[in-house]
Amino acid sequence: MSSDIRFTDFKTDKQPTWCPGCGDFGTMNGMMKALANTGNDPDNTFVVAGIGCSGKIGTYMRSYALHGVHGRALPVGIGTKLANPELEVMVAGGDGDGYSIGAGHFIHAVRRNVDMTYVVMDNRIYGLTKGQASPTSREDFETSTSPDGPKQPPVNPLALALAAGGTFIAQSFSSDSQRHTEIVKEAIEHDGFGFVNVYSPCVTFNDVDTYDYFRDTIVDLSETDHDPTDYDDAKSAILDADKEYQGVIYQDEGSVPFDEREGLSEPMHDIPDGAPEDAMDLVREFY
Amino acid sequence: MPADLNWAIGGEAGDGIDSTGKIFAQALSRAGRHVFTSKDFASRIRGGYTAYKIRTSVDQVESVVDRLDILIALTERTIDENMDELHEGSVIIYDGERTTMQDVEIPDGMVGLDVPLKSLAEDAGGAIMRNIVALGAACEVTNFPIENLDESLDKRFKDKGQAIVENNKEAARLGQEYVAEEFDHDFDYDVETTDNDYVLLNGNEALGMGAIAAGCRFYSGYPITPATSIMEYLTGRLDSYGGKVVQAEDELAAINMALGAARAGARAMTATSGAGIDLMTETFGLVAQSETPLVITDVQRSGPSTGMPTKQEQGDLNMALYGGHGEVPRFVVAPTSISECFWKTIEAFNLAEKYQTPVFLVSDLAMSVSEQTFPPEVFDMDEVEIDRGKVVDEDSISEWQNEKEQFQPHFPAADGVSPRTFPGTDGGAHMTTGLEHDELGRRTEDTDVRIEQVDKRQQKVETAREAEEWDYREYGDTDADTLVISWGSNEGAMREALGFLDEKDIDVRFISVPYIFPRPDLSEEIEAADDVIVVECNSTGQFADLLEHDTLTRLKRVNKYNGVRFKADELAAEIEDKLAEPSEVEAE
Repeated sequence: MSSDIRFTDFKTDKQPTWCPGCGDFGTMNGMMKALANTGNDPDNTFVVAGIGCSGKIGTYMRSYALHGVHGRALPVGIGTKLANPELEVMVAGGDGDGYSIGAGHFIHAVRRNVDMTYVVMDNRIYGLTKGQASPTSREDFETSTSPDGPKQPPVNPLALALAAGGTFIAQSFSSDSQRHTEIVKEAIEHDGFGFVNVYSPCVTFNDVDTYDYFRDTIVDLSETDHDPTDYDDAKSAILDADKEYQGVIYQDEGSVPFDEREGLSEPMHDIPDGAPEDAMDLVREFY
Repeated sequence: MPADLNWAIGGEAGDGIDSTGKIFAQALSRAGRHVFTSKDFASRIRGGYTAYKIRTSVDQVESVVDRLDILIALTERTIDENMDELHEGSVIIYDGERTTMQDVEIPDGMVGLDVPLKSLAEDAGGAIMRNIVALGAACEVTNFPIENLDESLDKRFKDKGQAIVENNKEAARLGQEYVAEEFDHDFDYDVETTDNDYVLLNGNEALGMGAIAAGCRFYSGYPITPATSIMEYLTGRLDSYGGKVVQAEDELAAINMALGAARAGARAMTATSGAGIDLMTETFGLVAQSETPLVITDVQRSGPSTGMPTKQEQGDLNMALYGGHGEVPRFVVAPTSISECFWKTIEAFNLAEKYQTPVFLVSDLAMSVSEQTFPPEVFDMDEVEIDRGKVVDEDSISEWQNEKEQFQPHFPAADGVSPRTFPGTDGGAHMTTGLEHDELGRRTEDTDVRIEQVDKRQQKVETAREAEEWDYREYGDTDADTLVISWGSNEGAMREALGFLDEKDIDVRFISVPYIFPRPDLSEEIEAADDVIVVECNSTGQFADLLEHDTLTRLKRVNKYNGVRFKADELAAEIEDKLAEPSEVEAE
C-alpha cells in the first residue's frame, strides 16, 4: 500500500458504457475517491458486483474485482473478506440487485456485520433491461411492466437495514460529489457493515426521480440536529416518507465486526504443503 | 457360530436410538472388532420408526446383509419392520412390562428376552437409561466383556458428570445380570475381542477430515440432510487451523461465499444434497467461467424435488455431469468407500486448484451415515500431498503481465491453465467475471477471443486427462466372463457379494469406478466380458448410460431405487438373476 495513491489509480482504461449523464459515474468516482482517501490501493482492494448497470463497475474500477451473478454480490464479498480480512472489500449493487433478487442476502449481510462496505446505486428503475419497475419504484410509477404503476409501496432499504440490526446506515446523492465521497469514506472507516444507499439517477428511463427532483428535495442531515448515534432519531428519519435525506443516518458506535468477533485477522491463503502437523489427532478422535 | 454378528436397536425417533447404537459400536471397535453400521431413519425429529444396525466381525466388514441376529426392540413396530431379516435363533430383547409391548408375540424358533428395561433403569437412577440396560443385556447374550462398554459410556457421558457415568454403568450391569440370572440359554453369539485399535467413522466425517488434511480453510453451507454433518464436523475444528465455517442464509449464499473465499486464496468448499445443488447451479457456471477452484460436495439422497430426504439414492450423476447452462468444464469425483471419502476429498482440492475449475465431489446417503472401522494408518497423514497449481506471487508476477504491466489471469497457456494470484498481491489487480472475457478478464464479444477462451478452458480437461490417473479399483477374478461395474457406495456390498457368488461357482470380475468425469476407459474390459452388469442406486442407470455411450455396447443393469442401500446377499442374488437373462444384442 502506498501513501501517494490517487483516486485515478482506481480507474481502468475502459470507457464506461453507462448512458451520458448517468448517476453511476458520480457514484463510482466517489467510491474511488473514498478508497484512495482511506489509504487503500487497487492491489489490496476487492470490489464485487452483481448484474445490471451497477454490475459493470468492476470493469471500470481497477482493483481485484469480481462481477458475479444477479443479486449474489454480498455473499461473495463476505467470503472474500473472511478469507482475507486484510483486504478492503467493497460491494456495489443496484436496487434490483440488492433489494429484489438479493433482498435475502441483504438483510443477512446487515445482521452478520462483516467489516465491509456496500454501496447501492439506487435509480428506482431497471435500466439495463430498458425500463421496468424496480423494488424502489414509486407506487404509481408507470413503466413497461407497470403501465398503471406497480401498485405496491416501494421497499424502504434503510428501514430494512435498521430492522435487521444495521450498524451503519447512510444515504447519499451521486451528484453531490463531495458529500457522497465523505459518506462512503465514513462507511469504509466504520467497524462493521457500512451500508450506503445512493440516489443515482437514471437519465434514460426515470423521468420522476431526476437530478432536479433530488436537488430540490434532499435534506442533508449534517445540517440538522440529527444525531446518527441515536436510534430513535434514525428511526424517525428513516420512516419519514415525505423527505429524501442524505448523510449518515445511523451508526452504532459499539459495533464489533463479525470477523473481529470471530477472531479472524489472518489471510487464509497460506497452507502447509501437506496435512497439518497434528493431523493424526483428527484420526485419533475416532477411537 | 457365524463369522459376523448383526445387531440392531430400533424404536421411535427421540428414543435415543442413535446414541445407544453408537455407544455399542464404539465399544465393539475399542474391543478390536470391525464394525459397519447403518441407519434407518425418517424425516422427523420425534416419533416414527428409526433403527441403528451394527454388523461386526473380527474381519473387515463394509456392507449390510439381510440378517439380524440380535434385535433390541423398544417398540412393537421394530419387530414388524425387521421381520424379514430375523431368523430362527434370532434374539429379541424387549420390555414386556411396557404397555404397548404386553401383547408381543415372539415367532417360533426365535428367542424372546423379556427384560424389564424401564424398571431396571429406574433402579439405576432413571428410566431414560433403559437403552443402556438393553445394551447390558446384549453384552450378556454375546459374552461381550462389559468393561468395554464402560469405556464407551465414559466417553459418551463424561461431560455430564461422574454420577451420570456411574448410573449408566450400573444400568448396563443390571441388564447383564438380569439376562444371566433369568434366562438359561446358550445364545451362540459370542463375540471375540482382539488387541487391535480401530477408529470408527462415517463417510461425512471422513470427508470433513479429508478437507482439513487438504488445507481447507473456508466452508459455507446450509443445513440439509444428509450433508449437514460435514458442516457440523468442520465447525469448531476448522477454526483451530485458522479457518472458518459459515452457516449461510441459503445455498445460493453458501456457494457464493465459498466462491469469494476461493478467489481470496483460501481452499474452500461447500456441501449440500440434490435439492441444494439445484440452487447452487446458478453460481456453478460462474465458478467455472471465472476459473475459480472450488470443491462442491453433493451427498445424494432420493430425489427429485425433496424426494425422500432420509433415504439412499444415486440419482444426481447426470446433474453433476451436465448441470448448469452452457458448456462447463468440470471434474466429477465420486468416492467409493468411507476411507475414499477422505482421500478423494484431498484429490478434489488438488484438482480444483491445479486446473482452476469446480470439482463436484459426489457422495451418497448410505456412505455419509454409515460408520466403519479402520486401522488408523488407513488415514496416514504423511501421505497427504497438496498441489496448489500455478500460483503467482509478487516475485514472479511480472512474467505474467502484458506490456502495460497488467496481470493476465486468463492467459491462454498451452495446457489451458492460466496463472493465478491472490488478492493483495502487488501488481495483480484484475477483473473476474462470468461474462466471456479476454486474457485480462475484461468483458468481450470478440469472436476470436471467445473461441480462444472456450478452447482454453476445455483444454484443462484434456490436460488433466493426460496428466492425472483416472483409474479404478478392481476385485474378484480378472479372467471372469462376468464383469460387474459400480460407482459410489455400492463397492462394499458388491465386494462381499463376490463371496456369495463364489459359493455358487459364479466367477465375477468387479470394477469400482471413483471417477465420473473424466473416467477410465473401460472399453477393453467391457469387450473382454460376456456379461457386463452395471450396479447403481437409481432407476434409469445413469452410469450405465455413460458406459454405453463410451463403448457403444448394451449393458445389463441392476438398479435399486426404493430408498435402501444394496445389501450384499441381495445384490448377489440380483446378479445371479441378471446372468440368467439373455445378453442383449450389441449395437451395430
